[in-house]
Amino acid sequence: MENERLEIHLLLEAIYLKYGYDFRRYAATHTKRRLEHRRKMADFSNFSQMQHRVIHDTDFFETLLLDLSINVTEMFRDPWFYKRVREVVFPYLKTYPFAKIWHAGCSAGQEVYSMGIFLEEEGMGDRVQIYATDFNELILQKAKDGIYSMDLIREYTANYQKAGGRRSFSDYYTADYESVIMKRSLKEKVLFSSHNLVTDGAFGEMNVIFCRNVLIYFNRELQDRVLTLFLDSLCPGGFLCLGSKESLKFSGVAHRLEIVSEREKIYRKKRV
Amino acid sequence: MSHTIPYDAVVIGVSAGGLAALNRVLPALVQPHFIPVLVVQHLSPESESYLPVHLDLRCTLHVKEAEDKEPLETGTVYLAPPNYHLMVEMDRALALSTEARVNYSRPSIDVLFETAAEVFCHKLVGVILTGANADGAKGLARIKAFGGLTVVQAPETALADAMPRAAMEAVAVDHVLPLEEIGPFLNALMCDTR
Ligand SMILES: C[S@@+](CC[C@H](N)C(=O)[O-])C[C@H]1O[C@@H](n2cnc3c(N)ncnc32)[C@H](O)[C@@H]1O
Repeated sequence: MENERLEIHLLLEAIYLKYGYDFRRYAATHTKRRLEHRRKMADFSNFSQMQHRVIHDTDFFETLLLDLSINVTEMFRDPWFYKRVREVVFPYLKTYPFAKIWHAGCSAGQEVYSMGIFLEEEGMGDRVQIYATDFNELILQKAKDGIYSMDLIREYTANYQKAGGRRSFSDYYTADYESVIMKRSLKEKVLFSSHNLVTDGAFGEMNVIFCRNVLIYFNRELQDRVLTLFLDSLCPGGFLCLGSKESLKFSGVAHRLEIVSEREKIYRKKRV
Repeated sequence: MSHTIPYDAVVIGVSAGGLAALNRVLPALVQPHFIPVLVVQHLSPESESYLPVHLDLRCTLHVKEAEDKEPLETGTVYLAPPNYHLMVEMDRALALSTEARVNYSRPSIDVLFETAAEVFCHKLVGVILTGANADGAKGLARIKAFGGLTVVQAPETALADAMPRAAMEAVAVDHVLPLEEIGPFLNALMCDTR
């Protein structure tokens, strides 16, 4: 093995042993780029030096954790996706008196509130329990707070409209000078909790799972493991929604799901 | 007698004026079993993915949008989707990422070239075409450092010459070619025996 790869391997092993976060099966090229970014910023000449610092300095590890978990997200990301969800997933949800939805890798919560808004518009607000999880506690706290910078609202509003929102987006938040806070009724339906897709287990009997723009950072083997975890957590006929560039095509579990909407990456667990 | 192609992949970076340039270069690639071609063309994040469809109609090779975890195949051109970085993984499959913009760009040419260089080493051909920024210069230098072959469109023949010039400043480029010679040049590489 080439020296640098060896050092990265050992660094990831050290992070796992010391802090329990397992990045060993994340997409290797991506992980290497993120680590390299931090190595240069912190002025280490190699990853072995950086490893020493990671082991002895928890704050440094926290920084690295943020580097490794890409948190980019937005409200109604890919508006056409949400439009399609409304068309194909909502009719299914309405057949249940009570349904459960899981947002895995929810980042700062925008995806969760987007869905919450549509549930409310469809009059289903009281008939669902939403679970929102992420392995990054810092970002999870932001999701719970539901406070977003005012600068982003124009873009979010445009997305909401493109997605087929039926009211005024401003109905869903209270504005301050520099930020907005999401409406209490949206927050109350959500149970936020810490959950690591790599090391934690299945969630029970979900009707819909959203896991968007997370699997892209895993290698194929890990993707298959996590997809299996989703299959174990879904009830038969339940929906799985992935990011717009994440496909089941190259995975080992494709045969266990049917494609509902190709472009939107909406799948459904077969009833067998 | 069989011959071996000395390269495993071609990476192409192009920005302003890119559609016309790709329309020239890609249809000229006609060798059967052409090695995989990976392209980053700067596009606005919202642009619809009509480019692969359009180019596919005009090319002998199959042109498609790159997908995450997709294994590379010969005879195929992969275009980076708008708003995603395109990278090559250690197992030679494609990977997409939404990490921050590089050189104000996503997809970024440097990201593709740098990751491809590490995987293909000296068996990579890097090509910089027309463009109005400096993305790709670092990546091309990286390809050269790994022993790969570097090609730049002659700035006089480029709609925007900043990108070719930046690349030529960053690397001692192996071949500077007018636009219409780039396709035939790449074709000829496929029959090279060494
Ligand atoms: C790019 S964001 C996606 C946010 C949102 N789903 C969207 O599509 O806009 C990826 C999120 O996945 C989380 N994540 C990464 N690895 C994870 C893991 N092993 N378990 C749980 N969450 C993880 C990151 O912390 C980050 O918040």
